[in-house]
Amino acid sequence: MNNMINNVMNTLTHLVHWKLQRDADGTAWAILDRQNASTNVLTVEVMAELTTLLDECDRQVPKALIFKSGKAAGFIAGADIEELARLDSGAAAHALIKRGWDLYNRLAIVAYPTLALIRGHCLGGGAELALACRYRIAVDEAQTKIALPEVMLGIVPGWGGMLRLPQKVGAGAALDMMLTGKSIDARRAQKMGLVDVCVPPRVMDNAARTLVNSGQPPRTLSFFQRLLNGPLKSIVAAQARKQVARRARPENYPAPYAILDMWANYGGNALLVATEKPTSLDALITSTTTKNLLRVFFLQERLKGFGKAAPKFIPRHVHVVGAGVMGGDIAAWCVLSGLTVTLQDQNVERIAPAIARAALLFEKKLRDKKAAHFARDRLIADPHGDGVRQADVIIEAIFENLEAKQKLFADLERRAKPDALLASNTSSLRLADIASALQQTGRLVGIHFFNPVAQMPLVEVVASDTTSTITAQQAAAFVRRIDKLPLPVKDAPGFLVNAVLAPYLNEAMRCVDEGIAPETIDAAMLAFGMPMGPIELADTVGLDIALAVGRQLVAAEMQPKTLGELVAAGRLGKKSGQGFYVWSSGQVQKVSAGIVPLGLLQRLLKPLLAATAERVAAGVVQDADLADAGVIFGTGFAPYTGGPMNYRTQHPDTE
Amino acid sequence: MMAGVKSEPIYIIDGARTPFLKSRNTPGPFSASDLATQAGAALLARQAFAPTALDEVIVGCASPGVDETNIGRVISLRLGCGHKVPGWTVMRNCASGMQALDSAIANIQRGRANLVLAGGVDALSHTPLFYPPAMVQWFSRLAAARSLAEKLKVFAQLSPAALFSPVIGIVRGLTDPVVGLMMGQTAENLAWKFGITRQEMDAFAVESHRRVAAAQDAGRLEEISPIVGADGTAYQQDDGLRRDSSMENLARLRPFFDPPYGAVTAGNSSQITDGAAWLLLASAAAVEEWKLQPLGRILDTQWAGLDPAQMGLGPVHASTPILQRHGLQLNDIDAWEINEAFAAQVIGCLRAWNDDAYCRSELGLPQALGQLDQSRLNVDGGAIALGHPVGASGARIVLHLLHVLRRGKLKRGIATICIGGGQGGAVLVETL
Repeated sequence: MNNMINNVMNTLTHLVHWKLQRDADGTAWAILDRQNASTNVLTVEVMAELTTLLDECDRQVPKALIFKSGKAAGFIAGADIEELARLDSGAAAHALIKRGWDLYNRLAIVAYPTLALIRGHCLGGGAELALACRYRIAVDEAQTKIALPEVMLGIVPGWGGMLRLPQKVGAGAALDMMLTGKSIDARRAQKMGLVDVCVPPRVMDNAARTLVNSGQPPRTLSFFQRLLNGPLKSIVAAQARKQVARRARPENYPAPYAILDMWANYGGNALLVATEKPTSLDALITSTTTKNLLRVFFLQERLKGFGKAAPKFIPRHVHVVGAGVMGGDIAAWCVLSGLTVTLQDQNVERIAPAIARAALLFEKKLRDKKAAHFARDRLIADPHGDGVRQADVIIEAIFENLEAKQKLFADLERRAKPDALLASNTSSLRLADIASALQQTGRLVGIHFFNPVAQMPLVEVVASDTTSTITAQQAAAFVRRIDKLPLPVKDAPGFLVNAVLAPYLNEAMRCVDEGIAPETIDAAMLAFGMPMGPIELADTVGLDIALAVGRQLVAAEMQPKTLGELVAAGRLGKKSGQGFYVWSSGQVQKVSAGIVPLGLLQRLLKPLLAATAERVAAGVVQDADLADAGVIFGTGFAPYTGGPMNYRTQHPDTE
Repeated sequence: MMAGVKSEPIYIIDGARTPFLKSRNTPGPFSASDLATQAGAALLARQAFAPTALDEVIVGCASPGVDETNIGRVISLRLGCGHKVPGWTVMRNCASGMQALDSAIANIQRGRANLVLAGGVDALSHTPLFYPPAMVQWFSRLAAARSLAEKLKVFAQLSPAALFSPVIGIVRGLTDPVVGLMMGQTAENLAWKFGITRQEMDAFAVESHRRVAAAQDAGRLEEISPIVGADGTAYQQDDGLRRDSSMENLARLRPFFDPPYGAVTAGNSSQITDGAAWLLLASAAAVEEWKLQPLGRILDTQWAGLDPAQMGLGPVHASTPILQRHGLQLNDIDAWEINEAFAAQVIGCLRAWNDDAYCRSELGLPQALGQLDQSRLNVDGGAIALGHPVGASGARIVLHLLHVLRRGKLKRGIATICIGGGQGGAVLVETL
């Protein structure tokens, strides 16, 4: 086998991003290794070179052609989003889609057998390239993920994904992938027929050579599945449209409806939909939603960038003080990200429930039982705080009491390594006040997580006036290390997210004071596109906490009356089984919302938008874009709006 | 210092053990490597160095599970010591944990290691049941049968008696294969030899429970590192302790090993238990490099062999040469830990030392060594109340001995253990 690899010829020296290598037996390897980039993205140049490469294969026909990545990071991350964002007309969108649609159609019918060897991420246009090959192999590693995430950017898989994915995995599974953008791991991909086989990396090259030259007929769907992807398409589409309607309205999110229409009525060819239809490429590419979603994508990239300022900071051991819900869940999340965590509280009884919750999280998130079991080895109950000595990051998540925190940090500073990061998860205290207890006040930074930790992508990195730049940069690097999005904020009450949420929740609860049903209030915001209504959110956060935060951030005369009464009666929301709603085994019990009165949405939105603008003006975040990013990733604020600041600009009437 | 004793000091930096969890006739909540990993992770988390700084991990284990036969390596990896730290397993029955310490000492003295995590573990509640040879043969005939008819024929030959009579691993493990005696029967031998009565044994057992209870109440078992199950149950204390232990209660138990005429019962024997114990051993160079503050140091170790039918006297045979080498009498030692495999066996050791004839014929001494002062022996109780997770006990008694010495501001101590198969091991330590 070795001399086969040695005996290669690079026949196309003028290619920059691709390499075409031929084995002695005539099998050719098309290796994508985009120049001056860490990930493979399908830019105009990369696609043009692929055309050249296929031309070359027409001239000197290979026995077989295998596509693989030359990058350590993954296979292909998809189309060039920057190019997408530059599209300014329906015509330009047509040209871009046509380029890939035609090229992949050409690839799909070449005379020689083709195979995509997928290792690492394989997204969007990358997955569509793989689908145009006769065979696909997925490498059995956790990083291998296949997805068509176009819908999340408000666009459609127009390079043949809508045509070929249903042919490979059936209509139901294909629509599920295309309408949600969810990713499929290697083992699952084999099970559902998305790839022919899933193999360990040690045999992947040999597997690729063997399979591509096997003459094995490509997979086909069962008779029943062929019906669903053929004559019964319209029934399947109607069913799927109902499901989509439950999550997203066509005026807010047109893309999923376009995908359904293109699949059911146009054979997956986006180019055929008439320009004037709302499901056309022209309509999509010029819609505010698509612009806003692309903007959110770039904002997310910008947040990720904050983690790159301290590349030398590589934490290994995290010490968390406080094993309550937040501390325990932060600890579990860090363990899940591969770090070792010592979790401190007054005694083991207080730590044990956090370990039980972590065990459930590991079982849900990790690939097998063994991995979940061994993850628990890295979560160490530490009633004496012994872990402080070795920790690279120390996160305090104890109760909100200034004196207790000051005392704790003074002690931590004495015992921690001199270069350890000292962080507080405080949400209501001034960071500078806590830092005043330290010898080196510059060492303290806020790392403010949101509940539930495992689901909320944003973490506020709080710098007080004394926090040193390097400390804030290291905190952001740590946040990236655990795969969250760091948002730098200033040490102002409520930082960004809570300061924006509190007046909004307060206004919602004042509506309850006025006799509007919680269900009606929540329905208004759900219709707007919030992931959860404000009253249910208050119940979920805990009404005692909502009251405390509200008192801190909202004027006394604006305090909702019902909230105080509920807290006084011990009805604290989800955790006590009763709040504004009745909760039964963790599930909210709601009655019909009735008709949402006119103007309710605007009334509820107004304080949120105003608070965001006020925070931007006060310089709590660097600029309006970051405020949008923070509110979207910290609260789930309807992404299609592009964030509250963007929404204000696009809807000047709401003020 | 006497000739034959290497002068390179071996420092004990720190140690930790799990609570010892009594076997309740069903596999306990933790496997052997789970136990060792939890106690080890807590121990390593409080050190000045990262787990990757260790030179090796050595684990004594008498019955590792079938999927972790080199359990030392499994634990080393699970502790996050990294790929480069070697891990291995040693086995000397009841002294496996002590053997791990001695193997660490050998490598430190040889200059091959400076910092070693050594200890022992066993999860006796997880000891498997085995098919007897007749069943194994039946399975191989079944595998060889080709046609359905042949398979049916093999099924017809299945003996329900063989199917439902598995070999109980724990019973086999606690039986001497050479002399064919269960460990409790070797204790009966000592009772017979030295005229130890049932009352003496039961009184010893009651005292063991009383001492452990007192130690628990006073918080003297500080070497315990609590462990937590996946379901959020926290285990913080040894759970074999019977606070209601009394002569009356123990008198009701039937002789277990030689019924009905014997005297050794489940009540005056050590319990079958799951547990792990660790020590961190270091050379002088490592102490200096990491600025460590040792608990004490190991001055000497000794192994000895004797008649397997009297294995319980192993501590006498292992400790006496240490005393001789260092010119010490029994009561020059400030504190003793003799592992309590059986009450009859510990009492037998004391009788043997105080017996002119035994000391002359078996130890080559001119006369008896004398009476060991029992107030120096197992001051916080022992395995009768705590349990005896075979591989862990040898490490536990050394660790606890150091805590006893430091608490009492005492200098020297010996931890010694009897070993199934007819051996004994002993370790001489001193505080700094």
